[in-house]
Amino acid sequence: MATEKIWVLADTVEGVPSSGGLELLTAARGFGSNVTGVVWGEKATDAAAQLGAHGATKVLAVSDLGGGLAGARVAAALAEKVSADGPDAILGSSTYDCRDIIGRLSARIDRPVLANIVGIEKQGDDLVTQHAIFGGTQIAKAKFTGAGPGLFIVRPKTFAAEESGGGAPEVEELTAPDVGHAGDAKLLERHVEERTGPKLDEAAVVVSGGRGLGSAENYAMIEELAKLLNGAPGASRAIVDAGWVPYAYQVGQTGKTVKPTVYIACGISGATQHMVGMKGSKNIVAINKDQEAPIFSIADLGVVGDVHKVVPKLIEALKARG
Amino acid sequence: MNVVVCVKQIPDPAAPGSLDPSTKTLVREGKLILDDSDAYGVEMALQLAERAGGGEVTLVSMAPNGETSGLRTALAMGAAKAILVSDDALKGSDALSTAKVLAAAIKRAEPDLVVAATESTDGYTGTTPVQVAELLGLPSVTFAKSVDVADGKVKVNRQTEAGYDEVECALPVVITVTAGVVEPRYPSFKGIMAAKSKPVETLTVSDLGLSADEVGLKGARQEMIEVAQAEERKAGEIVVDEGDAHERVVAFLDELKLL
Repeated sequence: MATEKIWVLADTVEGVPSSGGLELLTAARGFGSNVTGVVWGEKATDAAAQLGAHGATKVLAVSDLGGGLAGARVAAALAEKVSADGPDAILGSSTYDCRDIIGRLSARIDRPVLANIVGIEKQGDDLVTQHAIFGGTQIAKAKFTGAGPGLFIVRPKTFAAEESGGGAPEVEELTAPDVGHAGDAKLLERHVEERTGPKLDEAAVVVSGGRGLGSAENYAMIEELAKLLNGAPGASRAIVDAGWVPYAYQVGQTGKTVKPTVYIACGISGATQHMVGMKGSKNIVAINKDQEAPIFSIADLGVVGDVHKVVPKLIEALKARG
Repeated sequence: MNVVVCVKQIPDPAAPGSLDPSTKTLVREGKLILDDSDAYGVEMALQLAERAGGGEVTLVSMAPNGETSGLRTALAMGAAKAILVSDDALKGSDALSTAKVLAAAIKRAEPDLVVAATESTDGYTGTTPVQVAELLGLPSVTFAKSVDVADGKVKVNRQTEAGYDEVECALPVVITVTAGVVEPRYPSFKGIMAAKSKPVETLTVSDLGLSADEVGLKGARQEMIEVAQAEERKAGEIVVDEGDAHERVVAFLDELKLL
């Protein structure tokens, strides 16, 4: 499979592209010489200049979603374009919309997907993907064997975004064909949840809580500590499953990948599924009362102690410093 | 209202996993259990069927060796019956082949609503539900935080990067639910006993009208090349708290110039 022509899907919010999309454009420049950005939804074309600055020489836009969710319509529009003038590879981040679009596109054009990618290397004519398995202790390498385009879903933070100095790209509007009942999921209203502080996957400090907190109420101290450090609060899957905090807080294989300057794990034992999402952090601090907890095997600083005692004292000490 | 729940039976995530050395696919021999992530879908389906004042919850699963132990767990929670696709030809199927198999099986149940988890705990591909939706020509609403059904429509609050979207969709539709959306019930003793005699229809690839060439390792158009050890992180300093460990943490953060 050649790797000359690459499409990169980029989510946008209010015309601003997601960091995942810019990371993949940066990577795509190294794989092929012909990189196209794909955007969708209202104001999506406002992102064109930034996509150009990261290496897209062209932008495909499905601006009109007909009041519906992106998945079915964008996949249908891209499927038509693939058969007319298709790329060798299509890359997208593991975001909500990208996963919908790539999944549907895969079924529509009958091409398989490689997902949960944590690295891509170009080897000859192949893009060889890396996947963290068994809690990130091993890396499996894979590639497509059939006809292209191959579809790739890559975990955010796999690559670093760098500008290429490219100019404004040409923008081509794509019209989605009628997808019938498949397009009936209508968007009634968007709700933006006001969050103070940095985003979980962009914060320099992430403070996460796990089951060791004992109760949902105790999560308040995680939020307080995160705020004091100008960081973002995160969570293990166990307490998301228990309904203590929403899914958006989850760090791990299912959930967000974070690579902050320091990750502070409070009352988290370190299930393999959690470690995959945070072991790329530059520094890891773990506070847990069980000395045998797996999290200590990857922590730069491990505190064997009760989170209910250590964290409040830590909060007081930070407050005292002002 | 007829609800289908896609469930996956997986090796116990707490047990160490292994790969088949020749195919480099996940070894799925031995006892499988219901994926924890699917318990939320089963619970959601049961609640929606109850609220709709009737209807059945049917499980659809694909698993090796006629495995039903995970299905029995979900049947014990209250699902009425199950369709299991089990066939040696399916070994090594990729997500799209799996979706083709599930779509063909789901079609037989003629559901108003198809519920799945956002992704499985052993494979994490997370594309199968939307691939199923596309193959069946159905709309999909993924990452549901809450689900209500009324007047032939489903209303979903869908997780987004910024918050959530309120989405409405006419039935039939495929939805995926995130963990924590409902509290899965524990099977009662009565439920466990009843589950033993609930119908499980076992189908092969040819029963579904699919060719053995388009599924399994034969149909997979991707291959695992190699498996390597990941770079290891080393354990660092360990401090046992004697009332002052927080001071060490403060010093650590100070060294990183984060204060």
